[in-house]
Amino acid sequence: MTWAGSIFDTAGGPAERIARLTWFLIIVSVVTYLLLLVATGIAMRRARARRLREQLADTGPDTESRLTRNISIAAIATTLILLVYVTATARTGKAIAWPVNARQPLTIEVTGHQWWWQFRYRDSVPSNWLTTSNELHIPVGRPVRVILLSNDVIHSFWIPELHGKQDLIPGHRNTTWIQADRPGVWKARCAEFCGHQHAKMAFDVVAESPARFNQWYVSQLTSAQPPTDSSARRGHDVFMQRTCIMCHTISGTQAGSSVGPELTHIASRPSIAAGTLRNTRENLGRWILNPQLIKPGVRMPPNAFPPADMNALLDYLETLK
Amino acid sequence: MSARPLPAEHTGESDPKSIESVHGRLEHVWRNGPGLWGWLTSVNHKSIALRSIITAFAFFALAGVEAALMRAQLARPESSLIGPDRYNQLFTVHGSTMMFLFAVPMVQSVALYFVPIMIGTRNVAFPRLNAFGYWVYLIGGVLLYAALFTNTGPDQGWFSYVPLAGPEFSPGKRVDIWAQMITFTEIAAIVAAIEVIVTVFKQRAPGMSLNRVPLFVWAMVVMSFMVLVAMPYVATASMMLAMDRLIATQFFNYAEGGDALLWQHLFWFFAHPEVYIIFIPGLGMVSSIVATFSRRPVFGYTAIVLSTVSIGFLSFGLWVHHMFATPLPQTGQSFFTAASAMIAIPTGVTIFCWIATIWSGRPRFDTPMLYVVGFIALFTIGGLSGLFLSAVPVDLQLTDTFFLPGHIHYVLLGGMVFPLFGALHYWFPKVTGRMMSERLGKVSFWLLFVGVNVTFFPQLLLGAAGMPRRVYTYLADTGWGGLNLTSSIGAGLLAVGLLVLVVNIARSLAAGPPAGADPWGGETLEWAVSSPAPDYNFAYIPIVHGRSALWADTGDLDAVSGLREDRREVLQTTMLDAEPDSRHEHPDPTIVPLLAALATGVTLIWGIFDPIGFAVGGALTFLALGAWGWPQKTKPNTHEIVEVPK
Amino acid sequence: MRTISFGQLWRRAVAVAALALGLACKREERRFNATSPSAPAYAAVTLDTLQPGVPSPELSVKSPSEGNAYDISQGKQLFEQWNCSGCHSHGGGGMGPPLMDNEWIYGSSPENIVATIVEGRPNGMPSFRNRITANQLWQLAAYVRSMSGLEAKAPSPGRDDDMQYKVDEQRTPIRTPRASSSRNVPAKSERP
Repeated sequence: MTWAGSIFDTAGGPAERIARLTWFLIIVSVVTYLLLLVATGIAMRRARARRLREQLADTGPDTESRLTRNISIAAIATTLILLVYVTATARTGKAIAWPVNARQPLTIEVTGHQWWWQFRYRDSVPSNWLTTSNELHIPVGRPVRVILLSNDVIHSFWIPELHGKQDLIPGHRNTTWIQADRPGVWKARCAEFCGHQHAKMAFDVVAESPARFNQWYVSQLTSAQPPTDSSARRGHDVFMQRTCIMCHTISGTQAGSSVGPELTHIASRPSIAAGTLRNTRENLGRWILNPQLIKPGVRMPPNAFPPADMNALLDYLETLK
Repeated sequence: MSARPLPAEHTGESDPKSIESVHGRLEHVWRNGPGLWGWLTSVNHKSIALRSIITAFAFFALAGVEAALMRAQLARPESSLIGPDRYNQLFTVHGSTMMFLFAVPMVQSVALYFVPIMIGTRNVAFPRLNAFGYWVYLIGGVLLYAALFTNTGPDQGWFSYVPLAGPEFSPGKRVDIWAQMITFTEIAAIVAAIEVIVTVFKQRAPGMSLNRVPLFVWAMVVMSFMVLVAMPYVATASMMLAMDRLIATQFFNYAEGGDALLWQHLFWFFAHPEVYIIFIPGLGMVSSIVATFSRRPVFGYTAIVLSTVSIGFLSFGLWVHHMFATPLPQTGQSFFTAASAMIAIPTGVTIFCWIATIWSGRPRFDTPMLYVVGFIALFTIGGLSGLFLSAVPVDLQLTDTFFLPGHIHYVLLGGMVFPLFGALHYWFPKVTGRMMSERLGKVSFWLLFVGVNVTFFPQLLLGAAGMPRRVYTYLADTGWGGLNLTSSIGAGLLAVGLLVLVVNIARSLAAGPPAGADPWGGETLEWAVSSPAPDYNFAYIPIVHGRSALWADTGDLDAVSGLREDRREVLQTTMLDAEPDSRHEHPDPTIVPLLAALATGVTLIWGIFDPIGFAVGGALTFLALGAWGWPQKTKPNTHEIVEVPK
Repeated sequence: MRTISFGQLWRRAVAVAALALGLACKREERRFNATSPSAPAYAAVTLDTLQPGVPSPELSVKSPSEGNAYDISQGKQLFEQWNCSGCHSHGGGGMGPPLMDNEWIYGSSPENIVATIVEGRPNGMPSFRNRITANQLWQLAAYVRSMSGLEAKAPSPGRDDDMQYKVDEQRTPIRTPRASSSRNVPAKSERP
């Protein structure tokens, strides 16, 4: 079943096993529920009283012992169903655990902020560590170890197509793992109430072939090139001389603040504002002009740049592929 | 074998005015004072319980309005009806109101009204404490809503996770007001629990040994013990949070040795039993209704009592199932899966016993019984969806999604509100002396039953579809709009159903047909007294010979005599077998509980803003408690004791 | 029934009182959508109230963040994330003067503090002109004032979820600002 975006739209081992268990529970629940309804229905149809203060029912010892027997059977059946349930759950739990002999897992450190995501890819060579924001690429078929940290409050990392969620708790170092078994593009989201914009704290997940992943990784590691176009150069100056530089990083430039998402390759992202808007020029312009209209309470302030400056800035940002 | 109520002279239906009659004297001694002062000084358990029930209904209505606003906002994607700040306040106050200001006070008030009558006594064990508990509850509720109306409504969620609720990420006094509201309501809940336990253990009618106590009373006793154990945890946790915010303690600050997870453990250790605290009284109400409307005592009395007690115990071992997504060890989490599954067994046994009762009885489906069937239908969906959540792997997908509101509302509405509304229709005649309209009752039942399903089943689906909870809006391209709209329409149905119920209550109060003492032919002692019961409940304390007090095969009920009629006095009996033990004098109406509650209010509310409030307010409370405990002058005998033949 | 009417009366009275108590409690306002105009009109700010002739009318731009808990808490976050502590060390001073004392070289009013941040000051205070929006400037100024006890207790922030390096602003004793000294004394750290 591919109900897109749901827990049944599985693309990885753990999600697949969980979905299977879920289906099993659905079937068990429906059957149990119908049995209960039938029993209640039959009970309701028997010997209905006609008057309000009807004579009391006379139940002899035979009825009482028969009822005791039937209830005992029902209680034992319930217990057996629950035993099956606990066993199935335990087996699924073991099956979705981190594969301890995984070869060459990829390790990604996820830091939750109010209200955006920071991803740091670890590599054996420290200078190859990659920091990016709000967009997660993973190679198909390779297990990914995810380390979960928080910068402020509790968030929750959840890609329904790949695995259940795990919380990012400040002061704790939580871990989970994911593995995509097929390529795809999915929207993941924060799943623990974290303040005003918990509702709009999503990120894009792109699973692609290992070759394409490596291509993406290498391009992300490159710094931004100085712009050649005059409008983009003016936009670069706007960025460095106005509010942008206080919070954002563009590697290869003077901008090195890690308060907000890093923007070195902003133009290559599918979405902006933590998965809230599609990455188009118009959306980016609206967002920069007044983020508070789109995500009230977000940390980024309104920026009343004059139109010429804004156009130049957008031209510059479009060069950051 | 039919129910035989006490003869009229035992129920106070003969002329109550004459001071020469027993009833006249008792009425004179036990009535409330006149006017506003009488209302403020009352220590009568029925007066206090009734006003508490009405207060709880008022909070229910307020929380319902908040829910309606939330559903209106979520009906369409990216709706601009309500912004994130206001929405966060709405869902926090909705949850806090329903859990702390409606559910627990409501079931405790129903207990405080009916348990003394059902066990054959005149008042609860500590009448002034009862009044104090109500006033403290009222002040706490007013505090929360005064805050909401001044933009200071808490906005961190009713579960108030730190660090979001901590001093760094929740500026202002919103969270502090929430934490202090908890303190008020916990005091009130613990007070009510103490009342129920001591009253049931010490003041039962002679002959009502523990194995003859009505199932409703058993449920209330179990629930009260649970309150005593669970409530101190949340009161402690909220106090720790308030201290972190006000005087810079480090309980939840990881950088100084504290832990954010500590809050979750403390809170859920309380909050999971809390939902069973809310649910178990519902079980008691269902037992009462099923017996009366199946025309036979509930099948499996011992099984149900043992199941209720075991639910009470087991519920304390489940709390980690709210924390499966946190970094707790896997093996430990699996234990909680098994425990959460285990609690389904006694719950199931209880439901099977009721079905057996209906099956072997002569059932009649008036409105109270309809609500019982509705309870079985809805609560089971809630319970089965709970099984999804207690399995760790499935929980990791479904927790913190809309599956949760779907689950909790099925169990809360199905497991508590439906039994409550059934009990409302069942006991309304006893409280007011008038019958409710059957026609309107059935209309509101069906509207509510359909409404619950249309509102909350789509939410179960939305959770599976990936929609997180506690979100003020969602994007249009998620495709969640259709299910959300359906859910909001269902909320509209619920609102209409509740409106019909309110109309039913209002019309029945004004002009419902008179009820008489025992319109349903019930088995428990409350049906032996007039409707409404006199202030003193029983002119003569009855003697009980079997489980179904009024269905026993004897003639008229025996009664004891000898309690004073010139001052307030109750009979105390032994704990196990309820043999008469001693007589105990009860206090007259007094303003001191209100003063003590006001002093407590000053202490706690001032303490939100400045620690000096605890010192000054504490001194005031000390004075009030001094007045409370001040030795009374012994009263002279005003009448001769008259021995009345049985 | 008597009990019902008293109960309804009681609750209605209380609800009215609550509403009357102030629909917009200034401390708790969260002004998200406030547009950020160009930098506040601090050109009219003077460092000293001493003026020849008749004193000019007061500055018309008042800080919207005074007494507002959300804004002061935002100011604290901005102070930390933009590394004001690099020189001012959470208010204790270091390369820059302490901000939690009652010595104000360039004035303690919100407009003065905003002017300091925007213009920069001799001996090391950078100018943040055009780099911080007007609303954020008011938030920072309100926080700086709260560090020396110039803001009320209730809206001032409590402790951070961090190592505790000082008494939090909520428990800082309330002070009245001392008039700025007329002698130009260099800060202790700059004396040879």
